[in-house]
Amino acid sequence: MLSVIRTIWSVFLHTFHRRVTIQYPKQKAYLAPRTRGRIILSRDPDGGERCVACHLCAIACPVDCISLQATEDENERRYPEFFRINFSRCIFCGYCEDACPTYAIQLTPDFEMSEYNRQNLVYEKEDLLIDGPGKYPGYNYWRVSGVRIGGKDKGEAENEAPPVDLHRLTP
Amino acid sequence: MTSPHPFASIFGILIVVLSLAALLIWVERRLLALWQDRYGPNRVGPFGLLQVVADMIKIFTKEDWIPPFANKVVFVIAPAIIMVTVLLSFAVLPIAPGIIVADLNVALLFFLGMSSLGVYSIVLAGWSSGNKYSLLGGLRAAAQMMSYEVFMGMSLMGVVLLAGSFNLTTIVEAQKNLWFVVPQFLGFVLFLIAGVAEARRLPFDLPEAEAELVAGFHSEYSGMKFGMFFVGEYLGVILISSMITVLFLGGWKGPWLPPIAWFLIKMFAFVCFFILLRAALPRLRFDQLMSLGWKVMFPLALANLVATGAIVTAFR
Repeated sequence: MLSVIRTIWSVFLHTFHRRVTIQYPKQKAYLAPRTRGRIILSRDPDGGERCVACHLCAIACPVDCISLQATEDENERRYPEFFRINFSRCIFCGYCEDACPTYAIQLTPDFEMSEYNRQNLVYEKEDLLIDGPGKYPGYNYWRVSGVRIGGKDKGEAENEAPPVDLHRLTP
Repeated sequence: MTSPHPFASIFGILIVVLSLAALLIWVERRLLALWQDRYGPNRVGPFGLLQVVADMIKIFTKEDWIPPFANKVVFVIAPAIIMVTVLLSFAVLPIAPGIIVADLNVALLFFLGMSSLGVYSIVLAGWSSGNKYSLLGGLRAAAQMMSYEVFMGMSLMGVVLLAGSFNLTTIVEAQKNLWFVVPQFLGFVLFLIAGVAEARRLPFDLPEAEAELVAGFHSEYSGMKFGMFFVGEYLGVILISSMITVLFLGGWKGPWLPPIAWFLIKMFAFVCFFILLRAALPRLRFDQLMSLGWKVMFPLALANLVATGAIVTAFR
């Protein structure tokens, strides 16, 4: 009997407690700097697309929300012909960002992307591409990789040794 | 003996009581939220007050579904019974001098009778739904009624002995000098507990018991039929709070403020207490409720009655 009265009293004391609710649209909750939210495609410092259409993000994606098709430009640079992320499926796990070899796909802390029409949650490449390099300012994949493209032969990348001539016998 | 303006009283009480019952939906949600460190509905209108209107629009536009396996006539009548019995009880309630529909000489008995009839609504709803959960809810309502109704009546007899009348106006007048909550404190506590059971509120909401019986007796109800059970429950809360006010807290009596304000303040305090009980206490098992009713409350009520009777006889 006493415990019942004590319970009622201690619940009543909650009248004077601070409320824990965050009144969301007016009041924002603290977001960790590395919060995983809306996915973007970044560009390298020279303004070219970083994505080389290797499909690793699409393979890593546990919910299969990324679809893309690879193609090549006149310099034999691979890039995605289309790149589509269905955000109504995306679970913001960040595996795509982990899988990406060129830092192209990145997650931003933005999570406010509600839509009335489900179709509007399918983002095309134009919606995903941003103008800057995102989290990795100085990185340019084509400049550091040993892949030969138009205007850059093998051995001409940064910190890359010239290729070994297989026909010479000297060590 | 009736009031000087019967129709004004009838419509006034009807409108005020029904809108209060609707408002209680909002009050309950806000207060529960307060005691759980939340905000509750605060988006629609000032302080979320228009939430009531939104709820009404929603409940009126819901499909009014009668299950094919239900006993249709009883199924439709059941929600009306609770509204009718509770609203009829308000007829004998003296809110302020002159604001009463029917000043019966047996008003207290009328109230007890009507509140007992209200249980039929629950039992019939549970039975006519043709659903095992509803039936269990109805059974529990019957078991609950058996356990609280007796000591509820008993606990009020002390008040009747002190006032010497079943007439509620006379009972209020008899509390001119001293509220009955002081000489009848035990009766007050017993009636409060019985009242919570009568209004089927937590911790005695066994017929509903959403944790175990889906929604108990009103599992199969939808639309405004469900709404009538809902409003009936809140009307019951208001009725019991008003009864406590009238019987134990001197009704409209109080200094400075007009009588009706005093009545509303006292009543609202008990409405808040009902909600606090809901926020604080878990539900009893129905065998616990029955043993509490018969083994603890009933002997206490009987002892209270005998002691009050002895004292009243000794000092007469």
